[in-house]
Amino acid sequence: MDALTLLPWIFDGVTGLALLLLASWALASPRLFTGIVMFVAFGLMMSIAWVRLDAPDIALAEVAIGAGLTGALLLAALARLTAAQAAQESASQSAKRKRTLRLFQWAPALLLAMVAAGLAYAVQSLPPDSAGLSADVAANIARSGVSNPVTAVLLNFRGYDTLLEILVLLLALISVWTLGGLSPQRTVPPGPVLDVLTRVLTPVLLLLSAYLLWVGARSPGGAFQAAAVLAAAGVLLLLAGWRPQPRFTGIPLRLVLVAGPVLFLAFSLVTIATGRNLMEYPPPRAGVLIFLLEAAATLSIGVTLVALFLGERPPDKEGQ
Amino acid sequence: MSPAHFFALVGVGLFCIGLYALIVRAHLLRKILAINVMGSGVFLVLAALAKRTGSAAPDPVPHAMVITGIVVAVAATAFALVLMLRLVAETGRAELPDERIE
Amino acid sequence: MTPSDYAASVLLSVGAIFFLAGTVGLVRFPDVYTRLHALTKSDNVGLGFVITGLAVQSGSWFVVGKLLLIWVLVLAAGASVAHLIANGAARRGIPTWTR
Repeated sequence: MDALTLLPWIFDGVTGLALLLLASWALASPRLFTGIVMFVAFGLMMSIAWVRLDAPDIALAEVAIGAGLTGALLLAALARLTAAQAAQESASQSAKRKRTLRLFQWAPALLLAMVAAGLAYAVQSLPPDSAGLSADVAANIARSGVSNPVTAVLLNFRGYDTLLEILVLLLALISVWTLGGLSPQRTVPPGPVLDVLTRVLTPVLLLLSAYLLWVGARSPGGAFQAAAVLAAAGVLLLLAGWRPQPRFTGIPLRLVLVAGPVLFLAFSLVTIATGRNLMEYPPPRAGVLIFLLEAAATLSIGVTLVALFLGERPPDKEGQ
Repeated sequence: MSPAHFFALVGVGLFCIGLYALIVRAHLLRKILAINVMGSGVFLVLAALAKRTGSAAPDPVPHAMVITGIVVAVAATAFALVLMLRLVAETGRAELPDERIE
Repeated sequence: MTPSDYAASVLLSVGAIFFLAGTVGLVRFPDVYTRLHALTKSDNVGLGFVITGLAVQSGSWFVVGKLLLIWVLVLAAGASVAHLIANGAARRGIPTWTR
């Protein structure tokens, strides 16, 4: 085995090891800020693992949503904890813990070692070659309206899962608003650099989002990746101190938030009403229908993610 | 061992590391981080097992499930963070009442 | 391997060396400001070399254009974020390292 065939193995091995080390460091570091930064680095390393596993759609979604947006949410929550609440424990408490809780740390470690061994055995005993459902997808993709298999699965073959996922996202936002959201932070007016960066980047990000949405039918991309870029633009605007005008935060905001789910539900019910099965799009028009659904979903998901980051329900005209 | 099986084992390791941290660490923000790490481990197992198709393109159905899972995970994380901040506002400490170390 | 493959390998390796230099700087430099300096300088140039290596192998001007856009965006974001972090550190009173 010469060096050239060994190189992918070394790369995969280093990536896997780095993933395990970064996760351990994120969870074991004494300071929460270090932990969150390591978690974002862990997310970026995961996107390299996705690329090695031939999953560019997942890599795009992970690096934008999993690493970027989750990191921003975690840091926003950490900023609202005082130093005392964010501290792990004082010195006397940690000494007491070392004395009395040693059993309670070894028992879970032993149990989890057994769980890990069992799961590893289960994974290893799976057949090494298994086509799964890829043959069925490849046989039917001509009728789905798009040529990217992941988009076809997400929006056509398993469109029911995507509908439920969009509804879960909306439900999370409603729950966050019900709980009163994140307390508003004292906003520092942005310096000149952040101001110019936001003004220059926001149109570029909007264009990129539309590009990812359009190209998702043929190449890696699609509604979720486009929504993630849209959410990034929104988060950048919020960090630069922008807040939506009150006349847009009442009915118009709610219309945009529900546009995706409502359109999805409408299309599904129309397919039932015209005598087909649930979400069985007619093959000649499936491409256009999928694009319309993706556009509405991108808008809804992007705005929902930005609203989750903002946390508080934005005040509308009546000042509520 | 193919790359698919290797990454599946890494995913199992991540899941167990996350579960251990979820059980042992008391601070709620740390628990939320641990749940995210567990989720990433599960996604890695799914996508690694999807690559067992030999030399052809990987199976797209687990890829779609992982993308769905990533979005649901961020929604759940946002909700969990707001719950944690409410608990802090009510009790003053970011730990569950029965796990508090006094 | 064709000549373009050789050129791409050389360019990618040089980019990787720059990234390694930046990481060594991140670990070894004494305070926030010097670390930011090491990171942004070496990572921007390193990314430039990696992008050039990929552009040599890309085979289409459209892809080269997209790669250049990626480089410009990373340059802008990296420089701005470095400024913001340094500003935040200065406002928080973190002293610069003196010998």
